[in-house]
Amino acid sequence: MSDIKIVEAPEGIEGQGFFATSLNTVIGMARANSLWPLPFATSCCGIEFMATMGSNYDLARFGSERMSFSPRQADLLMVMGTIAKKMGPILKQVYEQMAEPRWVISVGACASSGGIFDTYSVLQGIDRIIPVDVYVPGCPPRPEQIIDGVMKIQELVRSESLRRRNQPEYQALLASYGIE
Amino acid sequence: MALTHEQVLGRLQSAFGESILSNSLPYGMLKVEIPANKNVEVVKFLKEDPELQFIYLTDLCGVHFPEQTGREVGVVMHMHSLVHNYRIRIVYYMPEQKTEVNTLTEVFAAANWMERETYDFFGIRFTGHPDLRRILNVDHMEMFPLLKQYPLEDSSREDKDDRFFGR
Amino acid sequence: MTENSIYGEDHIQEEEKRYNTLNLGPTHPATHGVFQNVLQMDGEIIMHAEPTIGYIHRAFEKLAEHRPFYQVTPITDRLNYCSSPINNIGWHMTVEKLLGLEMPKKVDYLRIIIMELSRISDHLVCNSVLGVDAGALTGFTFIFQWREKIYDIFEQICGARLTTNIGRIGGFERDFSPKVHELIRAFLKEFPAKFNEFEGLLLRNRIFMDRTIGVGPISAERALEYSFSGPNLRASGVDYDVRVMNPYSSYQDFDFTIPIGQSGDTYDRFCVRQAEVRESLKLIENALNNMPEGNHMADCPEFYLPAKKDVYTSMEALIWHFKIVMGEVDLPAGEVYHAVEGGNGELGFYLISDGGRTPYRLHFRRPCFIYYQAYPEMIKGQTLSDAILTLSSMNVIAGELDA
Repeated sequence: MSDIKIVEAPEGIEGQGFFATSLNTVIGMARANSLWPLPFATSCCGIEFMATMGSNYDLARFGSERMSFSPRQADLLMVMGTIAKKMGPILKQVYEQMAEPRWVISVGACASSGGIFDTYSVLQGIDRIIPVDVYVPGCPPRPEQIIDGVMKIQELVRSESLRRRNQPEYQALLASYGIE
Repeated sequence: MALTHEQVLGRLQSAFGESILSNSLPYGMLKVEIPANKNVEVVKFLKEDPELQFIYLTDLCGVHFPEQTGREVGVVMHMHSLVHNYRIRIVYYMPEQKTEVNTLTEVFAAANWMERETYDFFGIRFTGHPDLRRILNVDHMEMFPLLKQYPLEDSSREDKDDRFFGR
Repeated sequence: MTENSIYGEDHIQEEEKRYNTLNLGPTHPATHGVFQNVLQMDGEIIMHAEPTIGYIHRAFEKLAEHRPFYQVTPITDRLNYCSSPINNIGWHMTVEKLLGLEMPKKVDYLRIIIMELSRISDHLVCNSVLGVDAGALTGFTFIFQWREKIYDIFEQICGARLTTNIGRIGGFERDFSPKVHELIRAFLKEFPAKFNEFEGLLLRNRIFMDRTIGVGPISAERALEYSFSGPNLRASGVDYDVRVMNPYSSYQDFDFTIPIGQSGDTYDRFCVRQAEVRESLKLIENALNNMPEGNHMADCPEFYLPAKKDVYTSMEALIWHFKIVMGEVDLPAGEVYHAVEGGNGELGFYLISDGGRTPYRLHFRRPCFIYYQAYPEMIKGQTLSDAILTLSSMNVIAGELDA
């Protein structure tokens, strides 16, 4: 039991029966360590994701115990695999259905930029249609790389301001993709 | 009982005479060319003939040879006689302007999606097909991508500079 | 019902005619891959299903026309990505058939070991995920540890876990190292017991049997009409296996049985795959024990990439390496069809070469694409939960479906 690593307490003022820190830090810490991913696995990267979820690499250690397949209940959209032009509108619809705050990780070369498939039917990267936070290159990336990507998302989540989603810059970003 | 190439070719020629336009033996597999309007007849014969019994449709796909004038677009079928363990390739061509041929879905149920894929890629219309529409590409696509005149890449993409990719 | 209802007769007629439409997919936890089914249902019973595919169409066939022969191998990887070595080796064998090359026995035996390992890997995914769809998650997390062992073996041989790009046209880059032999022996020693444990979770499990027996059946005649192949066809009772019908890569030297089922339902497909894993283990053991002496490559310097140590030191080898990979070497003209027994059935490669550096036309005969047509027929009259299990047991891999 003793070698389980718990998250360290953030900076703050400690006293008898109380701990004072900023709301941002606490919420960030809570969110970062309990991200519920939506595995949007389309092709080969999906099989590497299954290996990451399995007991050898175990993504559940990072708080992603429950894979949510419903966009309404997910925080993190993990797009793994090639997105064809036929699939693009569906991906956009899934992204729009997610509630704020939401993050997107693009796993694999195909999701990041079209990969080796520079063809008429493949969307050359999902950032053509939705905003992406972290890109994980690889074809397919090793499970360690996928976990590294998730850890970078955790960094982003931990340090995100609570007001970010209401800022005009963020609204402009969504508007540039045509998402309200 | 093993079938030989001469036996199969002999049966076909005796049943169809000069409809067997040509035959060859690339890499040990008999390849027979037939006219496009006889495809259902020949395939049905091959399937139902008690001596041949080609009951398994292995594959149906299209080809495009722009230099063969009058016979540019073709359909290639591979059939397999499981009882005799013998494979055959049937080929039929049609002119580019009028790529229409009868469907084989009544003979083989598997031909349904194979023909849809061939239509999607080459624009060959299979008359009598129960549901001929695109299967792999987006429904509103106007081109038939595997024809030689269409490019591989989507020319409207902005992020890849063709100069760096040698195109 | 019409007599005792409080509604009028017209209302009842209308109600009975109305089926509800349910959209299953393309993003759905139980469809393993992206394909959509629009179901017309009468309550829980499925009356009609309309499948839509193409959500991951990556234009492999068009792409192959623009890539030299070695650069087509990574494309073939992505067909049935659960067992990519089989696709790679099948493609290399097609090109070798076009060139008329004869492989040394050692290459054949090495290929058999790799192909059977990937077949085991594919069947493990299918069966464990069938358990997950029926609600049994333990089998999945348990058996995936053993897939990691197979990945370790592939990584030792070629450097990659999943999309392996394994081998060369003409054999392999190098012989199996002693570490590979050690890993395979350890796998052969430890895996069967664990596999029996996995089987014990599901095979005689009352709940699993009730959920899978009689679900999604297809008779042998209909299966042949739909050109089924592989474990799905063998579960219906037809013993068609490309390794026995058209032996390639010295499979004729080995003595293995073809497991077949009776009714073609989900339970039979599960059992056939389980039995095939055992046959594959026997094949690997035999091939390893009877490995002949010889070269790990055929003698075809124009198409076989030179050994890396020569490429790094000798100028000529470097030039050859460059020429072959960039496709400056032309292949002879001709057309050839070669089929291998993939994880899902007869995987065929129809290659037309016009004597240039890239294939003129390459068509993949993909077993998943061909047998998925029968899915609406198989689930007609069954409930939605049965439809999910039928789909899962058919092992439809989206990469192979759409290409």
